[in-house]
Amino acid sequence: MNSADPAIDVRNLVTHYGTRKILDDISFQARQGEIMVIMGGSGSGKSTLLRHLLGLHNPTSGCIRLLGKDITQLDADAMYDLRKNMGVAFQGGALFNSMTVGENVELPLREHTALDGNTIRIMSRMKLEVVNLAGFEDLMPAELSGGMIKRAALARAIVMDPRLLFFDEPSAGLDPVVSAELDELILTLRDAMNMTIVVVTHELESAFKIADRITVLDQGRILMSDTVAAVRASDNQRIRSLLDRTPRNEAMDPDEYMERLTREIF
Amino acid sequence: MLPSRRACRRLDPVLAFVAQVGQRSLQSLREVGYHAALLAEAFYWLLLGRWRRQPVRLRAVFKEAIGVGVNAIPIVALASFATGMMLAIQGIYTLRTFGAEGQVVLGISLSVTREFAPLITGIFVAGRSGSAIAARIGTMQISQEIDALRVIGINPVRYLVAPLLAAMLLTLPALTVLSDLVALFGGALYCAGELSLPMGVFFDRTFEVLIVQDVLHGVLKSVIFAVIVTLIGAANGFNVSAGAEGVGRATTRAVVLGCIGIILADMVFTFLTSR
Repeated sequence: MNSADPAIDVRNLVTHYGTRKILDDISFQARQGEIMVIMGGSGSGKSTLLRHLLGLHNPTSGCIRLLGKDITQLDADAMYDLRKNMGVAFQGGALFNSMTVGENVELPLREHTALDGNTIRIMSRMKLEVVNLAGFEDLMPAELSGGMIKRAALARAIVMDPRLLFFDEPSAGLDPVVSAELDELILTLRDAMNMTIVVVTHELESAFKIADRITVLDQGRILMSDTVAAVRASDNQRIRSLLDRTPRNEAMDPDEYMERLTREIF
Repeated sequence: MLPSRRACRRLDPVLAFVAQVGQRSLQSLREVGYHAALLAEAFYWLLLGRWRRQPVRLRAVFKEAIGVGVNAIPIVALASFATGMMLAIQGIYTLRTFGAEGQVVLGISLSVTREFAPLITGIFVAGRSGSAIAARIGTMQISQEIDALRVIGINPVRYLVAPLLAAMLLTLPALTVLSDLVALFGGALYCAGELSLPMGVFFDRTFEVLIVQDVLHGVLKSVIFAVIVTLIGAANGFNVSAGAEGVGRATTRAVVLGCIGIILADMVFTFLTSR
């Protein structure tokens, strides 16, 4: 891969859930070492977009190139190799509840490398140090607080030193202090390891703090994908309402309203 | 596209009924297909995983074997003992009308090895482990742990289902043989009291009437039951989508379908092999 190539390159992505269209003609790029925040309200399709970026679903059409490889065309073996370069921290952490924190962080190393047990243990402890969870490796996930779970999930996501890191709603359900610490952590990681980081969030403050560029989604379409300054300065009504936290005051069509209420009764 | 269910009901109740039957059948067929695919995939990883960089670890198989097999020994032994004794009581009661109580040994040994031991073992393992499998996989599904496995590059079927299937295939036949022995012991104990038949004589006669095929018949059934319990538990777990309530529904479904699956498979297998 050429260093000028974008690390993430999504083109004309269209996805359906059943017969309902969720994402419509999504295209955006992220360069290596860039923090791309995907922002949007509830139901805007940002979680769906993330799941497609992770290769968990097959899109209806379009292509998703990660590190130069189109994941919609990859066979299982190539995808397996690519996954070693991808780290994911899920919204609820998704730590394996039957394993200790340490075993959770060690799992990717155990599956992907032939290193001996002690090396694996040391490497996972190093990552736990990075996320300030040193000494917690023998606890079970159920014994951790919300913020600790997210940090442990982050440690597991970066244990393979991936080039792509995906982070789903880092601030959801956390108090402002902890979520600010997590933002700092994301910035540190990018600076230390030159990762390309995709953060999905609806928290404005956090988005503006960490993002190099922001992609704003609304009802399955991209409103804009640009720098933080450009998004702040945007006069698009939808983006403004998202930024100013004003409710959407859409004009209502009375005929359509009546049709919806009485559909399939007459 | 099919007309919506509500639209059908409005059109014609008969048509609605037919549509519903069709939808149900399609749903069942889809489910059978899903189970078949799951079975094929689990065997695929068991046999070829090592060469596809997705090895099924022996340690995981043994861990599951302890959970589904070793830990089930007390309950299966108790149930088998009671069943053996019950067969002896009923057998003697029935045969007394012909004055042929002595034939009870034949009845007990054949019905235990061919039918009761595998059935009791299967039902108990379905109740214990079928529900546990569905609950575990279902909970992992709703807390995104299955997604986490996939993004780490671990095939969930290889990691969760294949070791379980191997463990079941190992332990269920073993449990069945144990159940054979304990049930026969229960029967022998009752006969010793009721008919003053020494235990030694009971077992001597048992080994006289039993042939290898009888025991094998039961053990083979238990292999089929192992597959049924694992697949139904896992499939119901993977299909959980609606939160904690969904997990509850999946566990219930896994037990009910597991038990009925075992009984139906038993009937078909017996029909095909015993005539």
